[in-house]
Amino acid sequence: MIFLKLIFTNLLRHRIRSVISIAGIAFSVAAMLTIVTILQGAVGMFSGILSSDSEIIVFERNVSDLFFSDVPSSAVTDIAAWPLVQHADPVLFGIVSSADHPIITCFGITESDARLRKATWLTGSRSDFAKQSDGVVLGERAAEFLHSTVGSHVAIGHGTFLVIGIIKTANGFEDGGVFMPLQSAQAFFHKEGSSSVITIKLRNKTDAAEFKRLVKEKFPNLVALEDEEFTRSYSQFKILKATAWAVGGCGLLLGGLGVANTMIMSVFTRIREIAILRVSGFSNLQIASMIFGESALVSVIGAITGLLIGTGFLYILKLIPALHGYVDVSIQALVVLIVIVLALLTGVAGALYPALYAMRVRPVEALRFE
Amino acid sequence: MKLTPKPPSLPPPFILREPSVPPRPAVPDTSVVLRATDVWKSYDDGAITVLNGVNFEAIEGQTVALCGPSGCGKSTLLHLLGGLDEPDRGRISVNSIELNRHRSRLDLLRYQVGFVFQMHNLIPDLTLEENCLIPTVAAGISRSSALARLKHLTGRTGLSHRLNHRIQKLSGGERQRTALCRALMNHPRILLADEPTGSLDENTSATVFQLLLDIAATEGVTLVMATHDRKLAERCDRLVEMHDGRIREPHPL
Repeated sequence: MIFLKLIFTNLLRHRIRSVISIAGIAFSVAAMLTIVTILQGAVGMFSGILSSDSEIIVFERNVSDLFFSDVPSSAVTDIAAWPLVQHADPVLFGIVSSADHPIITCFGITESDARLRKATWLTGSRSDFAKQSDGVVLGERAAEFLHSTVGSHVAIGHGTFLVIGIIKTANGFEDGGVFMPLQSAQAFFHKEGSSSVITIKLRNKTDAAEFKRLVKEKFPNLVALEDEEFTRSYSQFKILKATAWAVGGCGLLLGGLGVANTMIMSVFTRIREIAILRVSGFSNLQIASMIFGESALVSVIGAITGLLIGTGFLYILKLIPALHGYVDVSIQALVVLIVIVLALLTGVAGALYPALYAMRVRPVEALRFE
Repeated sequence: MKLTPKPPSLPPPFILREPSVPPRPAVPDTSVVLRATDVWKSYDDGAITVLNGVNFEAIEGQTVALCGPSGCGKSTLLHLLGGLDEPDRGRISVNSIELNRHRSRLDLLRYQVGFVFQMHNLIPDLTLEENCLIPTVAAGISRSSALARLKHLTGRTGLSHRLNHRIQKLSGGERQRTALCRALMNHPRILLADEPTGSLDENTSATVFQLLLDIAATEGVTLVMATHDRKLAERCDRLVEMHDGRIREPHPL
């Protein structure tokens, strides 16, 4: 009890300093949580595009980015004919720009693609898709920022297209995208006879291993991965996640330096008090525990505050129309756990030197000059 | 050119040598609770020698006053006896156990020795009760036992009504009595007091000093106290004079 009181008392003694320290950790945690959650949401959305009504994705082996993947139409035809395949949908990804928007994702798809089947058609009809080579369907958000309605023409890249429908999907990328007939997209992106990926739905999910074996045997240049497998192994996702954690980690490091500074000041300004505790029989371990206890308390309060700030910030981001669908506020428990553990570790690391210094305080020197 | 006559050479400075202390009669080891044998201590890499081969003993239940001018080594000797510092040379033993290991020093501070300083050295943000309980926390003593002991000590020192007061609210005398309670919380057999009345006015000083002697007597504690006040010191069982880091003991053990 007295031990805890000593910890609380010291933090309350220098309230402003403690608050600044807690704020340092809180903002670091909030930044880390926001960055990691947004990027994981983005990764989830991208995975969602690929796994729309499918379990397996087939793409070119050893490509760093799916935009560079080249899957020949012949492979699509062959695979679609395999008895264990329910349907095989080729998708060609492309990036274009319009006057105000430097990046718009284009999806070259067939009429039977799950994206069109599962979307809510706000205007237009799926049966009109692919009837005209220059007809495109816009996601709801794309229609907003391109100021387009059905029947209007929209300038995308170096071409002009007729808007034949507007759809609403739960996926932010798709909602801000342009859907072209596959052949039109192949012509537009100069990729005749090829697609970026094939999304596969099997008649029986348990045939996944057999399907992968067949792809490997028949198409050595292609690779088939189950959705989860792909999310785990795709290098772009790995880079994104690593970057998110690295940026968040840097933020936390700065917060840790704040804690270290606070704890150093805290120890320096109460050498005499530490000397009194030592004269009263406090061991090195007890002195160090007190210092680590203070920093852990700062870290825990900072982490909880940071989680609340971060969550609030994510909710605010979600309300911004331009970010609709991009921000997934469903914060993973594992992310929360990792953030709290990292904050605690940072706090403890920040208290290492102050604790060592406090352990070395010699009461006789600290109390000599009364 | 006028030559100034060279002054006559002076004799070497006169060095006062202390008369050697006659050997005291041997005291049985069992009753000696504190012993310093040929203890030397210097600071600043030997530039300032504070203790020059001090030999000192205190027997169980005795009250000993260390008197002497400032800088004669009283506080240093107390610190060494209490295990707060280490001698450059010589041996310190408490209850026949030599202080050469960390563990024994920690045990010493927790269970065998209590310190009272000139400035009370209490933690100002804590209450009287919390300050007094600190040694019991260090020693892992149960809260109920600690509170019972605190009740007894604060009753003896007239502080029962001040238990929940912060240190800032206490008078100088009350603070020093609180420091005394804290020093005695873990039932130490030895109480080392460094100018315990040095920061108090004459009346309060006399009261606190009497309290020290009374409690030392009733608790059976060996009290070694450094003081400038010769009048107070003469009320102890034994008065030890220190001068230039050496002991002169006019009163026999």
